[in-house]
Amino acid sequence: MSAHASTAHGNDEVNYLNWKTGIWSWLTSTDHKRICFLYLFAIMIFFIGGGIAALIMRTELAFAGPTIIKDPHLYNILFTMHGVFMIFLFVVPGIPATLGNFLIPLMIGAKDVAFPRLNLFSFYVYVIGALIGGYAMLNPVDTGWTFYAPYSTTTNTSVSLMVFAAFVLGFSSILTGLNFIVTIHQLRAPGMTWMRLPVFVWASYATAVIQTVATPVVGMTLLLVIAERAFGAGIFDPTKGGDPVLMEHLFWFYSHPVVYIMVLPAFGVVGEIIPVFSRKPLFGYKMVVISSMAIAAVGFIVWAHHMFVAGISDFSAKFFSIVTFLVAIPTAVKVFNWVSTMYKGSISFKTPMLYAMAFVFLFMVAGTTGIYLAMLGVDVYYHDTYFVVAHFHYTIQGGAVIGLIAALHFWFPKMTGKIYSERMARIAFAFLFFGFNLTFIPQFILGMDGMPRRYYDYPVQYQTLHTISTIGAYLNGFGYTFALVNLLWTAKFGKVKAPRNPYNSTSLEWQTASPPVHENFETTPVVDHDPYNYGTHSHA
Amino acid sequence: MAHSHDHSHSGDGHSHGDTLGHVVPVKTFAKVLGALLVLTIITVAAAKIDMGKWNIVGAMVIASIKASLVILVFMHGKYENKIIWTYILIPFILLAIMIGGVFTDDPFRDRIQHFKVTEQAK
Amino acid sequence: MSNAAIVDHNVPPGEPPHIHHMDTPTAYGAAKLGMWLFLATEILLFAVMFCSFAIMRYYHLHEFHEASHHLDLRAGALNTAILLFSSYTAAVAVTKAQMGDNRGVVKNFTYSLLCGFGFLIVKSYEYTHKAHEGMFPFVWNSDFYHYKNFLGLYFCMTGLHALHVIIGMAIMFWYGIRPARNNRFSGKYYTPVELSALYWHLVDLIWIYLFPLLYLVG
Repeated sequence: MSAHASTAHGNDEVNYLNWKTGIWSWLTSTDHKRICFLYLFAIMIFFIGGGIAALIMRTELAFAGPTIIKDPHLYNILFTMHGVFMIFLFVVPGIPATLGNFLIPLMIGAKDVAFPRLNLFSFYVYVIGALIGGYAMLNPVDTGWTFYAPYSTTTNTSVSLMVFAAFVLGFSSILTGLNFIVTIHQLRAPGMTWMRLPVFVWASYATAVIQTVATPVVGMTLLLVIAERAFGAGIFDPTKGGDPVLMEHLFWFYSHPVVYIMVLPAFGVVGEIIPVFSRKPLFGYKMVVISSMAIAAVGFIVWAHHMFVAGISDFSAKFFSIVTFLVAIPTAVKVFNWVSTMYKGSISFKTPMLYAMAFVFLFMVAGTTGIYLAMLGVDVYYHDTYFVVAHFHYTIQGGAVIGLIAALHFWFPKMTGKIYSERMARIAFAFLFFGFNLTFIPQFILGMDGMPRRYYDYPVQYQTLHTISTIGAYLNGFGYTFALVNLLWTAKFGKVKAPRNPYNSTSLEWQTASPPVHENFETTPVVDHDPYNYGTHSHA
Repeated sequence: MAHSHDHSHSGDGHSHGDTLGHVVPVKTFAKVLGALLVLTIITVAAAKIDMGKWNIVGAMVIASIKASLVILVFMHGKYENKIIWTYILIPFILLAIMIGGVFTDDPFRDRIQHFKVTEQAK
Repeated sequence: MSNAAIVDHNVPPGEPPHIHHMDTPTAYGAAKLGMWLFLATEILLFAVMFCSFAIMRYYHLHEFHEASHHLDLRAGALNTAILLFSSYTAAVAVTKAQMGDNRGVVKNFTYSLLCGFGFLIVKSYEYTHKAHEGMFPFVWNSDFYHYKNFLGLYFCMTGLHALHVIIGMAIMFWYGIRPARNNRFSGKYYTPVELSALYWHLVDLIWIYLFPLLYLVG
């Protein structure tokens, strides 16, 4: 193994992982690659926490009637915990703060992000937010992750602390997004023109814009919830002449775009993986770029489709129903481009490719069921049923989380310099994919049958589907555990060393050492080709 | 040569070739300050006249003129590139979308009730 | 927001600090774009309250009109003038820094700081006066309880704005006055001065809208 030398640049054995050692050198590092691992470690804690909460809920729901949870209030706490952990603490920082951090400077040929110290600071802001949220769990919140008024302004649980935690986490998200925007604008290597940026960078740029300009809105809304609770500001509380639906408007003004914060980077990941394993240039690069920006833009004008039954005016409901369909256009462009890239390609079914193809399939399901929910008349029936639950799990888990897992497998050789066991990774994938569908396909049917969400009990006629769903959840959970343990084990004990460019990729991050040196490239790279020129003369 | 303008205390301030950004002369700032104070007086005076719903429109127009002056001159917005201008405009566009979107809702909310009332009246 | 070392004794006065991953013009452009992005987030923070104000005003138009007449117009106008002047001196400080006049930076930022204190004193006078009259949204037995929606927004908006005044003053002192006293700035390096001034202008910018909305038209 590599020597623990702290000097001697240019030596292949010295890389960002070992150029300084000790836990303190990691916790205070401003190296974007190390901050990626800090984030990865932190968000995984909440992924596991939120996952356990989900499994407890599924266990409770396996059979009609109270089973392991005797108190419905505890069930409310569990789904709030699941939502807050998974959304605010896991998926939102998910790909951008981890792989975005690792990859953006590498992909554009920079030595680091624009503001390295701000990058580290934003991680600690995240930690502070997480600690406040954890402390709030001592008097657990039972409002659901949406903190709807007037329940959130009147309940005795520690909503104020929890929404403050969400505010702080939002601040961390803003700083990360701001940093990436500036990095992509200012630090591209010579020759790295906008139209030569890998699509992951474009997707991250669109994400960063949403993070920067949408997050303050929810931050302030949550502070107004605190103001309402602390001194009755009379903005959201209907008994004081306020408008609770205004809170929902402001909340979804951020929280709809936030769905794209979660899923856009995953689009980028898939756009990177598919050309490499199809040995073909990405089909319609420009359209992929434009659609990323279009999704970010359209995301800001569709928010009220979450509120069709909240008592908004029918004019508003019709308006937002129609504009919501616009989202389908750029999204479908992307799916079309991925599939066209694979068409007549020489596809190798490596694990990252399996995840990427699973992503395309799962996201298709998510998108098409989303069309149902965008339709005003249909949504009035489906609203707050398991249909919605299944739909957004296909989007967020099938989209964002599968995207994250795909990215971790794809860039694992670059990040750690090791090669994982392909066989183990495929077994994990099989469990994950099968388990996921087994969990949520029954939930679509349950929703169509009228099973409402957020109930801890149900009539016996829903029994069979709930039991199947619970079995699926366990298989899914096992798949995640297996995949992550495989990666973790390889990172720690793996023997097979990764070459610079194991997939023979043409994009910039593979042209440096695996793992990269402290400042990414031995010399500043000069870019003279597109990121995906597979099958053309310059690359095999 | 590089040290020469470390000692230049003159108030004129033409654009120096070796500064990073544009140098705006102090006089320009003074003129803008005067304009801003005059506009403040105008907005206070205009509020004394009762123009119904046009009061708020007038006040917001004057405020926007003042804000533009601050952004363009005090904040050097006049000399910034397109990227920065994009991010200057985005928050204002989003505010317009936010208010516009919410106003598709609240003013039209009681229409159903209104129909009920007229039916009962018949 | 500045990523540069503020008082770095390894760097001679007037020279930009060494940043390992970008050259000076890139660092300047990056810092400025970063600051403008941050200002955009600040505007959006207030945007939520402007939107709430619009909706609450729509529902309680009459109360908003009356309540705004209970605010002290003279105090509000005085504060507007104070902030406009402080914004002017902050802008002048940038020009002085660009010309390498560090004493001018200290002088003009000190004026802005004093104006900031003046603003806060007037504001606290207004707050105390309101507290005395019981003009709080939660004092349900006061004569002003039917103004609660206006007052709630008034305190949220001006409170958050006052917080920004305090932060802006701290930034101007720490990143502007302190290094300028060490002759830190020149035409080649004045990023912290410009960024502090930009933040201070934002404080002014928000108030330009708050003043007519709260004090004049309600």
